[in-house]
Amino acid sequence: MSAPDSRRYDAIVIGGGHNGLVCAAYLARAGRKTLVLERRPLVGGAAVTEQVFPGFKFSVFSYVVSLLRPEIIRDLDLPSHGLQILPLESTVTPLDNGDYLAAWADPDETRRELVRHSPRDAEAAIEFGRLMHHMAMAVKPILGMVPPDPSSLAPSDLRGLLKLGGHLRTLGAERFHALYKLMTMSSADYLDEWYEFDPLKATKSASGIIGTFLGPRSPGSAYVLLHHYMGEIDGAFRAWGFQKGGTGAISEAIASSARALGAEIRTNAPVERVLVGDGRVRGVVLDNGDEIAAPIVVSGLDPRRTFLQLIERKELPDDLVEEVERYKFRGSSGKVNLALNGLPDFTCLPGVGPHHRGAFSISPSVEYLERAYDDAKYGSFSRNPYMDIVFPSMIDPGMAPPGKHVMSVFVQYAPYNVTGGWDDVKREAFGDAVVKTIARYAPNIESLILHRQVLTPADIERITGLSEGNIFQGELALHQLFFLRPAAKSAKYRTPIKGYWQCGAGTHPGGGIMGASGRLAAMEIVS
Amino acid sequence: MPSAAVAQTLKTTPFHARTAPLVRAQTWRRWAGYQVASAYEPHPDREYAAVRSAAALLDVSPLYKYRISGPDAVRLLDRMVTRDVSKCRVGQVLYTPWCDAHGKVIDDGTISRLDERTFRLTSAEPNLRWLSMNSVGLDVAIEDVSERTGALALQGPLSRAILQQLTPADLSALKYFRLVHTTVREIPVTISRTGYTGDLGYEIWVDADRAVPLWDALIEAGTPYGITPAGIWALDLARIEAGLVMLDVDYYSAHRAMIEDQKSSPFELNLAWTVSADKGPHNGRRALRAERARGSAWGFVGLDVDWESLEKIYAERKLPPQLPTVAWRTSAPVSKDGRQVGYATSGCWSPLLKKYLALAHVTAPHFQPGAAVELEVTVEHRHQRANAVVWQLPFFDPPRKKA
Repeated sequence: MSAPDSRRYDAIVIGGGHNGLVCAAYLARAGRKTLVLERRPLVGGAAVTEQVFPGFKFSVFSYVVSLLRPEIIRDLDLPSHGLQILPLESTVTPLDNGDYLAAWADPDETRRELVRHSPRDAEAAIEFGRLMHHMAMAVKPILGMVPPDPSSLAPSDLRGLLKLGGHLRTLGAERFHALYKLMTMSSADYLDEWYEFDPLKATKSASGIIGTFLGPRSPGSAYVLLHHYMGEIDGAFRAWGFQKGGTGAISEAIASSARALGAEIRTNAPVERVLVGDGRVRGVVLDNGDEIAAPIVVSGLDPRRTFLQLIERKELPDDLVEEVERYKFRGSSGKVNLALNGLPDFTCLPGVGPHHRGAFSISPSVEYLERAYDDAKYGSFSRNPYMDIVFPSMIDPGMAPPGKHVMSVFVQYAPYNVTGGWDDVKREAFGDAVVKTIARYAPNIESLILHRQVLTPADIERITGLSEGNIFQGELALHQLFFLRPAAKSAKYRTPIKGYWQCGAGTHPGGGIMGASGRLAAMEIVS
Repeated sequence: MPSAAVAQTLKTTPFHARTAPLVRAQTWRRWAGYQVASAYEPHPDREYAAVRSAAALLDVSPLYKYRISGPDAVRLLDRMVTRDVSKCRVGQVLYTPWCDAHGKVIDDGTISRLDERTFRLTSAEPNLRWLSMNSVGLDVAIEDVSERTGALALQGPLSRAILQQLTPADLSALKYFRLVHTTVREIPVTISRTGYTGDLGYEIWVDADRAVPLWDALIEAGTPYGITPAGIWALDLARIEAGLVMLDVDYYSAHRAMIEDQKSSPFELNLAWTVSADKGPHNGRRALRAERARGSAWGFVGLDVDWESLEKIYAERKLPPQLPTVAWRTSAPVSKDGRQVGYATSGCWSPLLKKYLALAHVTAPHFQPGAAVELEVTVEHRHQRANAVVWQLPFFDPPRKKA
C-alpha cells in the first residue's frame, strides 16, 4: 500500500464524462479544490473524439449536441474554451419506393416538401409544432430544477412542488391534457392523432425510441419526443448541431474551463472503490492502491456502478440496493463508424449535394421500426435497423483527410442481452446487417469503406463503462425519471452515505450531452 | 414609344456568372451600385459557420479601388490619411481612416504598397475627387480601377490550406497585412493577408477578365476543405464579432453628414491606434492633436447583452428570447439608469460566442470596459431595456488571425 496522496482535496469526482467535468467545473467555481479521476487516457466518457483509423476522427459514441444547457455554456464560458457548434441543417428519410421525405433548414421549403406527400400533414405540422413548443416550454423548467418528491413533506420538496404546480396551472386545461397524453401514450399513437403520412410519423417517432428498449408503439415513448423539441426552444441560442472536432471537443472545452477554474483532472486513474467510514465518505482508492482523501466524493458513473461497484453493499440500505438492482439499463443501440473513400450516392437523391450535410434517417415506415423492435424483443439485433446517419466530415472538413469522409451511423436495435451474448462473429454480422441495409438506399456504400468500427452495447459497456451499454445511464422511461431517477431513496443527487453524491445521466434529468445533472449536483453539494 | 437605354438590372461584379446561379432565394442587395448576394442560401447560418470553421469565399469586388502611382504617391497618401504612409514598406498593407480638416472621418479602407511608387487604396465610397483635391501640386497619377479589378475574400481557418495548393507563393511566410504578387493556377493575382472578418484570411485581387477562372480554381481546390460561397449577411456577423466599423452603418462620412453630430473622429470610432502622433502634416492633424490631448466625448465600444436579463424581459411575455438571425443595422438607444448615454448602431446574436452583441457609441465615462449600461430592445412591440456590459473591442480575436 502506497502513501496517501499528500495533496488535499475538497471534492473528488469519479469519471471524466461530460457531467463529471461540468460538476467539477462548478465545484471549482464555488471555490472547492476538486480532483477528477478518469479511468481512460482521455476525458469525455461517451463524448469522445478518437482517431480509430489514421487521419479519420470519429465521435465514437455520442455524435450530436442538442440539449447542452445554455446556462452551462455561459457560466463556464465554453465558447472561449473551444465550444463551436456548427449547423446540421436537414434530415432526409429515403423511402422504399425510391422517393424521399426531407426536412430542410428553411421551414417553407420543408412545408413544400411535405405538401408533395400530404398537404394535410404540411398544415398539421405547423399546429403540431406550436403545441410541442408549449409542451416543451412547460417541461423545460424541470430540466433546471432539482426534482421535488410529491410523497415527501420536506419544505424544499413542498416548495418545489408548489412552484411546479403553479407552473403547470398556467398551461391551461387543453395543453395540460396534451401533456398528460404525451407522458402516457406511444409515440406512434400520439403522432397518429396529427399525421397521416406514414414515413413522416416513422421519422418523428424515431426520436421517441432512441436509447430506450421501446418500440414506436410502446406506451411511454411519446415523452421522449419532447426532448427533441426542448432543443428547439433553445433554437434562438443555437446550441443544436455538430461540435467542431466532434463531441470529444465539447468534453475538452468543459475540461479546459474546469482547469481554468482550478480543478485538477487526472486520466489513466481508475477508481477501485470509494472509502466509507462511520456512514461518511472518506475518499477513494485507485486500482493501483493509491488512496486519495476527500470529504466529498461525486460519482459520475451510472447508478449500478455508483452503488453496487464502488461501495460495499453493507454500507447501503437493503431497499436501495434492491431498487438499484431493478433499475433498467437494457442498452438497445449500437454505433457503426465508417471511414469512407468518398460519399455514398443515395438512390433517392443521386449525386453529392446539400443533403450530405444533414442527417439521413432510415425510418421508411412505422412498421419498419416496429419490426426492428420485434427482432430485439426476441433476442436478436434488427436485421433492418433504424439508423440515424450523419457525415461529420461534410460539416467539419477537419474530421477526415481532404476528399475523404467519416460516416456516423447510430443503430437501433442492438440489444445488450442478445441471445447467446455478443462475440466477434455476432458483432461483425451486426455490422454487415447495417451496411447491407444502408446499401438498399445507397448501393455504392460497400465500395467506399476504408475502415469499419462496429460498436455493440457490449463494446460500449467495455469501453465507456456504461452498464449494459445504455447510452443514457439507464432508460429514459417514465418510471425512471424525475424524483425516481435513479431511485426513490436516492434521487436529488444524494446517497445514504454522507458526502457521497451522484452527478451522471443516471440522475435527473437524464442523458444526452446536456450537462444539467452535473450542474444541479454541484449546486446541491455547495448549497 | 422607344425604350430608353437604361440597364434593367444593377451593375454586376466580374464573378456574377458564377455567383448568380448560387443565390437560391434571390436574396440580393445593393453595394456601391452593384448587386451582391446577401446570402446564397435562404439562411446564412452555414455561410457564417464557414468563416469560423472552414473557409468562406466572398465577392468583395464592389469596393472602390484606386491605383495611385508616381514619385509623390507616398506624399499624397500621407497627407490624406491618419497613419504614417512613409513607413509603409513595399508589400505592406495599412488599414486607415482619413479625415477632413476638422479631424472627422470621411471614409476608411486599406492602402497597399504594390511597389516603390505604386499604391492601391480601397474605400467604401467614391474618393476620386478627394484624392484629386489632395494631389494638387504633386507628381502623382490617380486611376480608378474599381471596375477592372475583381476581388475575392477567402476567409476562415482553412483558407491558407486551400490557397496554398494553387499558388507558388509561400503563404506561411506571408504575414498579417502583407501582400504578394503571384499566380493562382497561372492567373496573375495579388494576394493580401487581409479581410473584414477578424479571422485568418486572404483577399485576392485579379483583373476582371480573369475573375471567373479564379473563382473556379478556388472552388475546385477548396471543395475538399469545405469552401463555402458566403454573402454579406455572413460577413456582417463576422465583422461585428471582430469589432470592425462599417461606413453608413456605424458612422457617417464627414462629407455626407448633414449636422455636426453625425460626424465622428477616429478616436470616437475606436481607431486611436490608426492616428499617428508623430507624422508630418496631414488632413485634420490639428484637430486630432487637440482631441487626443483633451480626450474624446464619445467612445465606440462593444456591448455584451446580459442573457438572463433578456430572458426575463421575454419571459414576461411568455416567450423564449427571440434573437435576430442576421445582424441588425438600426439605431437602438443605450442608457444608464434610464438616462440615455449613447446608441448602438449594429448588433447580432453571435453563433460562435453565444452572446448577444452590439456595437455602440457611448459618451464618457460610460465607455470604460466593464461599465454597466442598458440597451433598448423591442419585445412584442414594447420598448424594454436589457442589461449590457461594455466590452473593449474586438469581441473575437483568434490567434490564427496573425499566426
